[in-house]
Amino acid sequence: MRLRTVAALAALSLAALTGCGSGSGSGTGTSALRIMAPAAPGGGWDQTSRTAEQAFKQADPKRKVEVFNVPGAGGTIGLAQLAGEKGNGNLLMTMGLVMVGAIEQNKSKVTLAETTPIAKLTEEYEIVVVPAASPYKSLADLVAAWKTDPAKISISGGSAGGTDHIVAGLMAKAAGVDPKSVNYIAHSGGGEALNELLGNKVSAGISGIGEFAEHVKSGKLRALGVTSAQRVKEVDAPTLKEAGLDVELANWRGFVAPAGLEEADKKALTDLVAKMHDSQAWKDAVAKNGWIDSFQTGQQFADYLNSEQTRVKGIIAELGVVS
Amino acid sequence: MDSLQLLLDGFAGALTPVNLMYALIGVTLGTLVGVLPGIGPAMTVALLLPVTFSVPPTSAFIMFAGIYYGGMYGGSTTSILLNTPGESSSMITALEGNKMARRGRAAQALATAAIGSFVAGTIATALLVVAAPAVVSFAISFGPEDYFALAILAFTAVSSVLSRSVVRGLASLGFGLVIGLIGIDQQTGQARLTLGIAQLLDGVDVVVVAVGLFALGEALYVASRLRHSLPEVVPVGRAWMGRADWRRSWLPWLRGTALGFPFGALPGGGAEIPTFLSYAAEKRLARGVAKEEYGKGAIEGVAGPEAANNASAAGTLVPLLTLGLPTSATAAILLAAFQQYGLQPGPQLFDHNPALVWGMIASLFIGNTMLLVLNLPLAPLWARVLRIPRPYLYAGIVLFAALGVYALNGSVVDLVVLFLLGLLGYAMRRFGLPVAPAVIGMILGPMAEIQLRRALAIGAGDVSVLVRSPIAVVLLLLALAALLTPLVRRAAARPGRKTVDAPDDRSEG
Repeated sequence: MRLRTVAALAALSLAALTGCGSGSGSGTGTSALRIMAPAAPGGGWDQTSRTAEQAFKQADPKRKVEVFNVPGAGGTIGLAQLAGEKGNGNLLMTMGLVMVGAIEQNKSKVTLAETTPIAKLTEEYEIVVVPAASPYKSLADLVAAWKTDPAKISISGGSAGGTDHIVAGLMAKAAGVDPKSVNYIAHSGGGEALNELLGNKVSAGISGIGEFAEHVKSGKLRALGVTSAQRVKEVDAPTLKEAGLDVELANWRGFVAPAGLEEADKKALTDLVAKMHDSQAWKDAVAKNGWIDSFQTGQQFADYLNSEQTRVKGIIAELGVVS
Repeated sequence: MDSLQLLLDGFAGALTPVNLMYALIGVTLGTLVGVLPGIGPAMTVALLLPVTFSVPPTSAFIMFAGIYYGGMYGGSTTSILLNTPGESSSMITALEGNKMARRGRAAQALATAAIGSFVAGTIATALLVVAAPAVVSFAISFGPEDYFALAILAFTAVSSVLSRSVVRGLASLGFGLVIGLIGIDQQTGQARLTLGIAQLLDGVDVVVVAVGLFALGEALYVASRLRHSLPEVVPVGRAWMGRADWRRSWLPWLRGTALGFPFGALPGGGAEIPTFLSYAAEKRLARGVAKEEYGKGAIEGVAGPEAANNASAAGTLVPLLTLGLPTSATAAILLAAFQQYGLQPGPQLFDHNPALVWGMIASLFIGNTMLLVLNLPLAPLWARVLRIPRPYLYAGIVLFAALGVYALNGSVVDLVVLFLLGLLGYAMRRFGLPVAPAVIGMILGPMAEIQLRRALAIGAGDVSVLVRSPIAVVLLLLALAALLTPLVRRAAARPGRKTVDAPDDRSEG
């Protein structure tokens, strides 16, 4: 009967699409490595996870690797699931700065303390732009106007409490503007925010360099500054520091594993990630996506994670976006 | 002239046997995921992205375009046959389409959806070739205040035609608005109505709401009636569209295309709003037989919205290709696919990679044709699904719905929400509340709210920003007209009111 055929097809394709999670035994060795992308397919964490999957396969062709998605609430749903896998040495979760913010913002019961930091992989920097028709020619112009009347300077960017908003908050602090008074127009992503900038509806915009670079090159947007320590090659713009605001921020991504790992498991995972990082497939992907390689493992990454948590916690509270 | 030459080159590149095979895979896969609630084209393309490592770009994009169009079309099949929209953009199709199917006109409904999708897709793709720059500048000029006015227009247009009883329509709309509030408020990051459940922080997915209210509610309702009444026998009917069907379909196809294409280009316009507006417009324009049939299965109510949702899919490609601006989830993932190849869609793409862009546009025409070839002969076959005994059919629907929703996020909370909404959908049917306004409220409510707040924030609290843009003023005036015309008409028709309100046994499918 037709419907049955359809149902069978449906079940098959479902199985294929959801990747039919196979067993995840503990211990190291030959069992499959699973990578959790704590976001829907298509986003940055998903992309990082799937790129890493390919690189893992090149680094160790014998090892089975699979990516699965646990979307929701800035990655904190995935984090909660990871917390339930205590001691599992075959599981990695892709995460990054956005998750640090989401944990604070959603008052997540599970925090990064319940994970084992494995490695930081990449960084991307943020860019501050104004529409081409804007009266503000430099960051100093914008800051001067901002100080006079913060409400009049509308800043378009991604979700409330996300990386773009954090940059806006740090900039306000550095400029001596109360972060709570920042008139931030939140969007579900950089694309939507871009529309308001191209239509000259808002005063300024903040997003990842990749989102705006093309439009800066074509002259539709003017770049006022980037959040990196040194100038970047993609756009001709000063760093925020050069332009007068002491703000530096990297939107970083990395891997954590469940808590309670055996020392041997932790070392095996770290070594495997290091091997993945050295593979040609990973190097090519980093270059192609315009990521900055910022590989860090062990205590170094754990310390970095700690300092980021303190910094983000402070600014999220000052922006008043804690729910 | 130049574009035409490039387009022909594009066809030359796309019409290889290998690429045709990719197009076929794409449309087949697209149709399949369109049929399944929960799994949409966006997710499918995302999961196939790793394929782009090993396939040449042109082939990959041909396949992706096929998935996109196929998904837009596939959703209509289950809408019409089972009153179970596979995608939120085919929800409106269920209203008239399912009624047609119950009257034995399933094949015609499926055919008008298939041909309408083809016509709309083809015209819209042609528009993509010639009108892209103009449409883009129009889309960019849309500010938050204009979106707010647009949402108001959609609200009034839809609510004034959908509900026979104003109070019940508003009650249903209210349900939708409340469901739409669940989750983190985008502007301030505060959680609303989440009851402390982390899985609700991102809100309830529109697919869960549509499937719960439509499909599960329907299944429960039918199940509750099975024992009391003999199952209605679905007449078999003719297999193909008759002359009258063609005559009644072609104008709605064109109007649907005209509505869908520009909305697709609007960031935040989406595929749903043009289907609402098309349905409302067709109902307003209906005369004679069509007017009598509206609410009982008018072919216009299928032809228009189906054309609109396919045209909007082509519209989405305008800002994507010319600005690198994704206006839908699928477009955002296509953008990621472009970046996989080191290509940045934007002003320079047409100059730097003409072969790829025109190959993709050509492949849209090919995919569209292939969809028609694939689906038209199947329409009478699909229509037979309705002859499956009810208990099996509806058990299948419940299974389908649960599978699809679980596949969405792999979240048990979603399933619980689905079944709660199913019960709500059952109760609404039981007490004669239409379900469509609830889904519409859930889609439009958050949009109206966020855009209103953005407009006010940008204007630093000055209310007059809402009427400062000419687009907003025009849209608000149209909304006012949509609100007032029924009143005026009723007042004028008062002396001899005979056919104004045709009685309807069941307000909503």
